[in-house]
Amino acid sequence: MTGAQALVKSLEEEGVEILFGIPGGVLLPVFDALYHSPIRKVLTRHEQGAAHMADGYARATGRVGVCMATSGPGATNLVTGIATAYMDSVPLVAITGQVATNLIGTDAFQEADTTGITMPIVKHNYLVKDPRDIPDVVQEAFYLARTGRPGPVLIDLPVDVSRGELNFRRSERVDLPGYKPTYKGHRRQIKLAAQAILQARKPILFVGGGVITSGASKEVRELAEEENIYVTHTLMGKGAFPETHPLSIGMLGMHGTRTANYAMCETDLIIGVGVRFDDRVTGKLSEFAPHARVIHIDIDPAEIGKNVEAHIPIVGDAKTILRELIQVLRELKKDHPPVDRREWNAQIEEWKAKYPYNYDRSGTGLKPQFVVEMLYQITRGEAIVCTEVGQNQMWAAQFYKVDRPRQFITSGGLGTMGFGFPASIGAQLGRPGELVIDIAGDGSFLMNSQELATAVLEGTPVKVMILNNGYLGMVRQWQQLFYRRTYSCSCLQRERRCPDFAALARAYGAMGITVTDSNQVEAAVREALEAECPVVVDFHVEPEENVYPMVAPGAPLYDMIGDLLYPVEKVHPEKAEEPFL
Amino acid sequence: MKHTLSVLVENKPGVLARVAELFARRGFNIDSLAVGTTERPDISRMTIVVDVEGRSLEQVRKQLHKLVNVIEIVDLDPEESVSRELVLAKIRVTPETRSEVIEIVDIFRGNIVDVSRESLIVEVTGSSRKLAAFEDLVRSYGIKELVRTGKVALPRGK
Repeated sequence: MTGAQALVKSLEEEGVEILFGIPGGVLLPVFDALYHSPIRKVLTRHEQGAAHMADGYARATGRVGVCMATSGPGATNLVTGIATAYMDSVPLVAITGQVATNLIGTDAFQEADTTGITMPIVKHNYLVKDPRDIPDVVQEAFYLARTGRPGPVLIDLPVDVSRGELNFRRSERVDLPGYKPTYKGHRRQIKLAAQAILQARKPILFVGGGVITSGASKEVRELAEEENIYVTHTLMGKGAFPETHPLSIGMLGMHGTRTANYAMCETDLIIGVGVRFDDRVTGKLSEFAPHARVIHIDIDPAEIGKNVEAHIPIVGDAKTILRELIQVLRELKKDHPPVDRREWNAQIEEWKAKYPYNYDRSGTGLKPQFVVEMLYQITRGEAIVCTEVGQNQMWAAQFYKVDRPRQFITSGGLGTMGFGFPASIGAQLGRPGELVIDIAGDGSFLMNSQELATAVLEGTPVKVMILNNGYLGMVRQWQQLFYRRTYSCSCLQRERRCPDFAALARAYGAMGITVTDSNQVEAAVREALEAECPVVVDFHVEPEENVYPMVAPGAPLYDMIGDLLYPVEKVHPEKAEEPFL
Repeated sequence: MKHTLSVLVENKPGVLARVAELFARRGFNIDSLAVGTTERPDISRMTIVVDVEGRSLEQVRKQLHKLVNVIEIVDLDPEESVSRELVLAKIRVTPETRSEVIEIVDIFRGNIVDVSRESLIVEVTGSSRKLAAFEDLVRSYGIKELVRTGKVALPRGK
């Protein structure tokens, strides 16, 4: 068979049921071989869309997403999508065409050094030079993508390799001498962690995307409930623990709840699971959790001690470790008097009651937060929510509470505008029966709106809810707060809003609805949800609404600014340093 | 303090690029790097000297370990390992200084590998300190060109 046929056979053997991509010159042999394969081919309108769809599919299903692009511009168009998946540890296999091996390095037509370009943003990549390597390379790529800390793997396939002949032979199993992820946690460390938990007066369970990847939500819940520990989550950890659970104190960090941020400042024990202590979460690092000992559970040893010192590091799979930790705790508790945490629990309950997310509901204008609240109510919190990046993302995170893992899909690490819409198409294709919403901004949506064609033709009834404020809203917010309200290049409109998103949707054959008033929101949302086609609802929201509370970049977590309804109050009196931006 | 990392890698195309890229991307500085084959054709050894401490050193090691082609990393203890470096130096000589230079080379157990009327090329092997001392001594005669290989090292036998 040919290399291209071997590739397709390998994909089928990996259980691939769908892939996203665009053909091109050097990828023609592959698409020719795909033509009769049962694998569903989703032709996107831009390679970036293909990468994000594969990513959204992977996040929604837990399976490996696959995208394809031709050499040169096709491959470079994938780059943002690959980097997005890399930063959020999403299992992805990207397959790119490459010019023939004898032309590599000659600046041939549509040649780019794809493996070189993607080296810093992949878990691993391959330039295949011999068709006989294809079966093993594909097998390794999928293995690498989904095991350990998942991530994107790229296979670059020169056209002569996909045209070359081979006898299909694949190794029994993957043999990578330099790749041995640790799954089982160190027993002694787990015992130390258990002891620390039993002694802690003010513990906080801090969960991130790793919990969702590992499928450890049940264990997190068990641990929290059995030990009666409050849980905060990162943006990526949204859904790892039910947000409606009485022990949830919501998201922490830059736009997290005051409760979570105050709790981090006061806690004496952080039990970090599948988190990487990103700067958006820690605020000013030197003042992060000053009283806390840190248990850090993560599958990637390089994350431990990278930003925050871990007193009790445990490398391994979150689910496996938590299972064991729960067992050890049950044993130890038999002869360990429980620590009195009533004061701490009362403090947290007080914060929770005092500082829910809020916004000024008194005005007449259409508030973006109100739109998200309505979406939450009307969908009973059951939709799969994708987001773009910026204010829309933060409002979605604040006001759409999520109870299940893989229900909230967002570009956390890279912060890729234009991610949400194609990701929602991928998520919908992975979970066809469910309601998938993209909470978008007008700036972000336009970055990949061409995928409306894909959504319409593939019959994915995703609902795009644009919180249209006519600005690059988060940029504008920062300019307002940190650059003297100088709105340099953040305004997306002149005399009128541009484009007319509802008309744009209709041009593609989708449904378009424009909403300008609060009292139209419910009817519009219901109409959108009832439609069987993709729908774009364009909410003309108040242009200068801000996301609050906010920890200014570089400020410590206790120093939150801008609650409209509550005076700015500090747990600690110290002043924050000048923010770095 | 300088640390000498002995890194076993799969002998595959692009491995050096991956290591170099990692150092560049994570902001780690390499003092020297030497790559060569080992007793096994499928494995190469990189000897990397880095000037990092504590948490940064830990990050270097952990991030290197994440590269799929990296098999093993050992932070060599200078007491428990042997390291060598080779220098080639083209030294300016005159009829008057020639014998002095040859004497110095002898003391350092070096070899003269090329002779011309105005210069000698000298090969000296040894620890980085020895080579630095040699360079220091011959500098006054005039070093026309010089190249060092970077350190290679192995742990001592047990």
